[in-house]
Amino acid sequence: MSDLEQGRIVKVAGPLVVAEGLVRSKMYDLVRVGDEGLMGEIIEMRGTRASIQVYEETEGLGPGDPIVSTGAPLSVELGPGMMGAVYDGVQRPLDVLEAQSGAFLARGVTAPGLDREKQWAFHATAKPGEHLEGGDVIGIVQENEVIAQRILVPPKTAGRLEHLESGTYTVTDTVGRLVAEDGTTHDLKLMHAWPVRVARPYRRKISLAEPLVTGTRVIDTFFPLLKGGVACIPGPFGAGKTVTQHQIAKWSNAEVVIFIGCGERGNEMTDVLMEFPELTDPYSGEPLLRRTVLVANTSNMPVAAREASVYTGITMAEYFRDMGYNVVLQADSTSRWAEAMREISGRLEEMPGEEGFPAYLGTKLAAFYERAGKVVTLGRALDTAEGPAEESAERTGSVSVVGSVSPPGGDLSEPVVQNTLRVVKVFWALEDRLAYERHFPAINWLVSYSLYLDKIAPYWREAVGEEFRSRRDQCMELLQRESELAEIARLVGVEALSPEEQVVMETAKSIREDFLQQNAFRDDDQFTSLAKQDRLLKLILLFHETALAAFGCGASLKNMFAVPVRERITRAKYLAEDQMGEFGEIEDEIEQQLMALCRMEGE
Amino acid sequence: MEREYMTTRDIVGPLMLVEDVSGVTYGELVELEFPDGTSSLGNVLEVNEDIALVQAFQGTRGSNPADTKVRFLGKGMTLGVSRDMLGRVFDGLGRPRDGGPEILPEARLSIHGSPINPTARDFPDDFIQTGISSIDGLNPLVRGQKLPIFSGSGLPHNQLAAQIARQAAVAGEESGAFAVVFAAMGVTFEDADFFMSELRQTAAIERAVLFLNLADDPAVERIATPRMALTAAEYLAFECDMHVLVIYTDMTYYCEALREVSAARKEVPGRRGFPGYLYTDLATLYERAGRIKGKSGSITQIPILTMPEDDKTHPIPDLTGYITEGQIILDRNLHRRGVYPPVAVLPSLSRLKQKGIGPGKTREDHADLSNQLFGAYARGIQAKELAVILGEAALSEADTAFAAFADAFENRFIRQGEHDDRAIGRTLEIGWQLATLLPRGELKRIKDEYIEQYLPAMEAAAVEGAMNAS
Repeated sequence: MSDLEQGRIVKVAGPLVVAEGLVRSKMYDLVRVGDEGLMGEIIEMRGTRASIQVYEETEGLGPGDPIVSTGAPLSVELGPGMMGAVYDGVQRPLDVLEAQSGAFLARGVTAPGLDREKQWAFHATAKPGEHLEGGDVIGIVQENEVIAQRILVPPKTAGRLEHLESGTYTVTDTVGRLVAEDGTTHDLKLMHAWPVRVARPYRRKISLAEPLVTGTRVIDTFFPLLKGGVACIPGPFGAGKTVTQHQIAKWSNAEVVIFIGCGERGNEMTDVLMEFPELTDPYSGEPLLRRTVLVANTSNMPVAAREASVYTGITMAEYFRDMGYNVVLQADSTSRWAEAMREISGRLEEMPGEEGFPAYLGTKLAAFYERAGKVVTLGRALDTAEGPAEESAERTGSVSVVGSVSPPGGDLSEPVVQNTLRVVKVFWALEDRLAYERHFPAINWLVSYSLYLDKIAPYWREAVGEEFRSRRDQCMELLQRESELAEIARLVGVEALSPEEQVVMETAKSIREDFLQQNAFRDDDQFTSLAKQDRLLKLILLFHETALAAFGCGASLKNMFAVPVRERITRAKYLAEDQMGEFGEIEDEIEQQLMALCRMEGE
Repeated sequence: MEREYMTTRDIVGPLMLVEDVSGVTYGELVELEFPDGTSSLGNVLEVNEDIALVQAFQGTRGSNPADTKVRFLGKGMTLGVSRDMLGRVFDGLGRPRDGGPEILPEARLSIHGSPINPTARDFPDDFIQTGISSIDGLNPLVRGQKLPIFSGSGLPHNQLAAQIARQAAVAGEESGAFAVVFAAMGVTFEDADFFMSELRQTAAIERAVLFLNLADDPAVERIATPRMALTAAEYLAFECDMHVLVIYTDMTYYCEALREVSAARKEVPGRRGFPGYLYTDLATLYERAGRIKGKSGSITQIPILTMPEDDKTHPIPDLTGYITEGQIILDRNLHRRGVYPPVAVLPSLSRLKQKGIGPGKTREDHADLSNQLFGAYARGIQAKELAVILGEAALSEADTAFAAFADAFENRFIRQGEHDDRAIGRTLEIGWQLATLLPRGELKRIKDEYIEQYLPAMEAAAVEGAMNAS
């Protein structure tokens, strides 16, 4: 280990350590601090001095203690064995640490991110003699019943495949060898490492078009997120943020879920850790954890590791994206991440921007969210079941990011929220007020927005129906009018509104109760397909229009609002996906019953 | 390895800059001897080559740069722990304050503790009966939870916390394995004395450990006090298998002490002058609660904080609320109307309540009934507000019933005596009695089977009660 550069500590201030003598090291190189070998990262260099943020408690360190540079940046290990794992912010497996040091996290304990002992069955798909480049698939490891890991040639590597063999390997065994044109060789393994602060390369970004279907109606219909898109959820206390996140993790049509618990409560993380193994993936019937990676850095774990955790998570997400998967990453909460940045920045004595946050807060947030997206990956397209991919075909993958923010005092004007809103395209405004009223999911329909509506329109036309968009817009308008009318109604009573306005109020109520409200704990309500969402909207709007027409010919509002078919409209959301035929019946009933009133009372 | 220096250069507030030192480590414990004969403990906040920044817990009064002796003790701050701590009173730095002998420690633990590995945590789901209806019925506490009391000056938060400590201590068959750790930071002697005498009355003091930093004790010492208390609590919970309830008051003074040190260090302030790391710092206290798989003990925390100007968005309650699992908020209006305990039911919240109630824990109708009472009270309050604007005559029949319900709810459910220890069955019974005040058709949140089972009996009882009254 003589080639590793050694320096010594000159200053310790909380999680920040300054070292002398690390002249050949580079910015963001990983170092081992003190006799215990605590992990740290170089974040500033002045002359011969390097400032290091340490991922563990620094008590007991002092000037003169040794520091060894590893010569490489903070990296994560990417390969088989990640699914279902629970990592801390720098990819140490927490269950392994528990086995090593007990219930409390001791200092200086370490373990590789991927199990070194475990044997994986590797099925080679590339042929010796082929010319391979970074991103090309050399074979497959079926990690579990749900996820097949496509083993990739690491980016920036290329050459002729000299040999490659199927078999049983550990992640560090050599499975094959590439020979580059200049004769250098590169051993291929099941895993490779990648620095977390560097976005993994891809060929090009492409425009988003497909929705990330969550089965949650208020999201899918009113404020849709696209595969590769970015969304933000503010989470005031008790608004049901956790349930919403679980719903997205459980139902979204992404193959891989990465969940980052960044500076949140320990017991909440335990809830996730205990609940996810019991949640069943509705698509495969297997435990949800089989397609999930958890990164847990609770609020009392070292603050520097919290800063790193979001990068650890997104690098893993990019790795699965590069295999051609759609990945959804949830970061809870990015406010705590920003606060970690603020803390480190303060220790570096940097000039602060707003509210003590560093001036580069906006840049960092934007750069993080920009790592989301849908891309054409490196490497050749995947072979399909019918046969090998065509030469011109391309492989695509996506990373969607849902970041939650925890604004202090619920104040959305604070810097983290404002900088986040500048880059995200979807905002799901969870509100505790709605939660108190037991309206779940407590997403405020008037404040939330999605800027993907125009992008998603062609998909909706194609896959859902011509009128879906216009029905959605019409409902939105009704909800908007309701909020205006409600003001008046509160002052002078509902009876003072015009009949037409009363119908609007009634329909808006129906939209809220029969469409927006959704019970995440009811088997027949937690997931609604887009097609059924369309039919529900159609039903509600049909009642609206028919009611207006019936009133025109003399039916009274009181009787119209009491027709028996309304009970069926209310229960329509519980209809199973294969009972869609009933929607037609209900539609007929609406017309019959309202028009009957019209005939009876109109005379 | 002790080293002594007389090379202090600067003294600023509670901080001292000591030059020409060697071998000093971050966080090291320091003894300071001042020329006027007084002394202080301190610790190293920062060490830069041969210069150490020391924070003096007992302040720097009586010191000067030339004659102050600074002794670095070669170790971090620790607390000697033992079962014998039960029944004892210590000062804010863990030294006996009750005139008793020093503790013979079974172990010396760093007061900073270590974070609990998230995979080692067990989820808190054991109901704790506090005997207080507004908590047990609507926002129940579970073992391993951290549930602060948000209060304001002049409100009876101390009485409430003492009542919880007394009543939670005696309930349950495992009461032998129950302990209270109490930490006072900057509260008056009277407040601390109140707690001690309350605990003494029920002999609960035998199972209590007290750490007192009073209002006239050095402010900076307060930064160490809760850590002392939590270190003792962790020992009792996870080494001695006890269920430990930690009550510490007042978090506002603790945070102000942090701000004082931060200001003396000229750190960049965050909101309202509090340091930017306030969230992380608070988390290192509050997160020292919970249960651990394979261990039978637990730590439950009830921190008390007085909100400046009753403002819930002030950084201290705000950041606290983001770390703790809910909050019990006390309400000044209820207090003015003479309702004790003045728990503002609607904004109070226990995030872990779903896990702690139901069949086998409390009773199968608990969740539904609590939802119904919560909803009905909310509607009753709305109706009363409406009545203020439009007059009572303008209320519908149902709204009148709800308004009456809200009054009865405050007077019979929330209000209870300081020594009234209500079992959960009694709390639910009162809840059902109140439910009879509502039109039967409005009980939409309760399953019919529970209404069948519990309501008719109550109706009969209510009728009987009314007849007896007449």
